[in-house]
Amino acid sequence: MAEQNNGVSSATTTTQPLWLLAEITYRCPLHCAFCYNPTDYDKHTQNELDTKSWLSVLNQARDLGAAQLGISGGEPLLRDDIEIIVEEAHQLGYYSNLITSGVGLTDKRIDAFKKGGLDHIQLSMHDITEEINNFITDTKTFQLKKKVAAMIKDRGYPMVLNVVIHRYNIGHIKEILEMAEALGADYVELANTQYYGWSLINRNQLMPTKEQIDHAEMVTNQYRDKVGNKMKIFFVVPDYYAERPKKCMNGWGEVFMIVTANGDVLPCHSARVIPNLEFPNVKDDSIKGAWYESPAFNKFRGDEWMKEPCRSCPEKENDLGGCRCQAFLLTGDAESADPVCSLSPNRHVIEKAVLDAQNPELQAKPIIFRTDKNSKRINEGEEKDRLSEFHSVP
Amino acid sequence: MTIEHKDIYKIADHHRFQWEKAQDCYVILFPEGMVKLNGGAGEVLNLVDGVATVATIIELLTVKFPDAPNLEGDIIGMIELGLEKAWIQKTN
Repeated sequence: MAEQNNGVSSATTTTQPLWLLAEITYRCPLHCAFCYNPTDYDKHTQNELDTKSWLSVLNQARDLGAAQLGISGGEPLLRDDIEIIVEEAHQLGYYSNLITSGVGLTDKRIDAFKKGGLDHIQLSMHDITEEINNFITDTKTFQLKKKVAAMIKDRGYPMVLNVVIHRYNIGHIKEILEMAEALGADYVELANTQYYGWSLINRNQLMPTKEQIDHAEMVTNQYRDKVGNKMKIFFVVPDYYAERPKKCMNGWGEVFMIVTANGDVLPCHSARVIPNLEFPNVKDDSIKGAWYESPAFNKFRGDEWMKEPCRSCPEKENDLGGCRCQAFLLTGDAESADPVCSLSPNRHVIEKAVLDAQNPELQAKPIIFRTDKNSKRINEGEEKDRLSEFHSVP
Repeated sequence: MTIEHKDIYKIADHHRFQWEKAQDCYVILFPEGMVKLNGGAGEVLNLVDGVATVATIIELLTVKFPDAPNLEGDIIGMIELGLEKAWIQKTN
C-alpha cells in the first residue's frame, strides 16, 4: 500500500526511465504559434545548465536505464556544446536524436555530430508553402529547411520530419507527404497540435474542424498504403476530437524523463503547470532520487490518486485517466479525469473549446507568437485576460 | 519471404542492437522507438551480424541450448518477425 505523506502518495516504482529528453535551451530563433514550451519560459533563459551538468545528467540517467536520448529545446543548436554532449551520449550507449528546426545546422556541425556518433535527426517542417511556413513560425526559414533536409540525407542519417498540423496546413497533407517523400524522409510525424503552453492560448487560431481532421487522416491512410515501408507515417490524433484520453507519456513517471534548460526534472513537458508540486532540480538532486523518491514523480504513479469516474472505470489501465496537465489546465483539478474522456463530468469544456474555435469572432483575435518579448510580457502580468480565457482557475 | 539456410541477415540500417544492463535484456533502438527482446529473441538477433548464415545460427544455438524443442522453428520464426518489423535485413 502506498503511504500518505502530506497528501502525496509515495508508492514505490520498479520502472526505469527509458527515454530522456534534454530540453537544453529555451532560446529559439523560431516563434511558432503552436509551441508547447511554457509561456513563461523567459525566466529560464538566464540560468541554463552548463556543459558539465549536462554530462552528469547523461551519465546518471544512463545508469538508471535510459537508452533513448532526445536533444531538444528551444533550438538546441543555439548552444555550442552539442558536439560534446553528442559524443558523450554515444560513448554511454544512448541512441541519440537531435530535434531541430535546422537553424544553425552547418556542414561543419553536422560532420562533427556524425563523427561524435549522433544517431538521427528530427527536423521540423511546417508546410509546402513558403507563406504558411513563414507565417506560423514568424520567421523566413522555408528555403533553409529544404537545404537542411538535403544535408541530413547527404550524411546518411535517418531523417524524421515532424510536421505540426493546425488549421493553416491541414488542407495540405497530401502535398506535405509528397514533399517529405521527395526529400527522402524515412519517417514523417503528422503531429496534430495538442493544446499546452503557447498553443493553448492560440487554440482558437489553430484548431481545425473534426471534418478536416477526418479528411487528413483519410489522406494519410491512402498515402501510407501507397508508400508502404519506404516512409513510415505517424498520424497523431488530437485529443479534443477523441472519445478517450491518451495514456499520456505512457504513464506519469513510467518511462519518460525530461530535464529542462534550468535543470528541472519532469515526468512530462508541461508538468510545471500543476500547482503545489515541487519538481526536483539536478542542481540539488540526483536523477535517481528524482525518479524514485521525489514526491512529484510519485504523485500520479499507480491509481491511488484517481477520483471517480476513473477510479472504478474498467478502462483505467488503458489510459490512466489521461493527461494530468490537461486535466488541471481545463478543469482546475489535476486529479480529475482528463476532460477529453466522454465519461468525464467536464467533457463540456472540450465541446465548448471546439465550438469556440469555430467562432469567427474568436478566431479573429491575434496570435500571440512564442517570442522572448511576449514571454517577458506574460511574466510581467500582461495578457492576463487571454491566459485566463484558456486556463481554468481551481 | 521464405527463410533459407544459406541466407545472411544483419541488423537493419538505422537500428542498433545492444545489451542493456539496467533492463537485463537485449534491445533494438531506432528512431522514435525501443523494443525489449525476451531471452530467446535476443539470443537469435545477437547472432544476426551480417556474417553468419541462418544455418550457422541454428548450429550455434543448438550447441548452446541442446534441450530446446523445435529450436529451428523458433529461430526461423524470430527471423521472420525481425524482417516483418524491419529490424533486420537480408545481405545476400
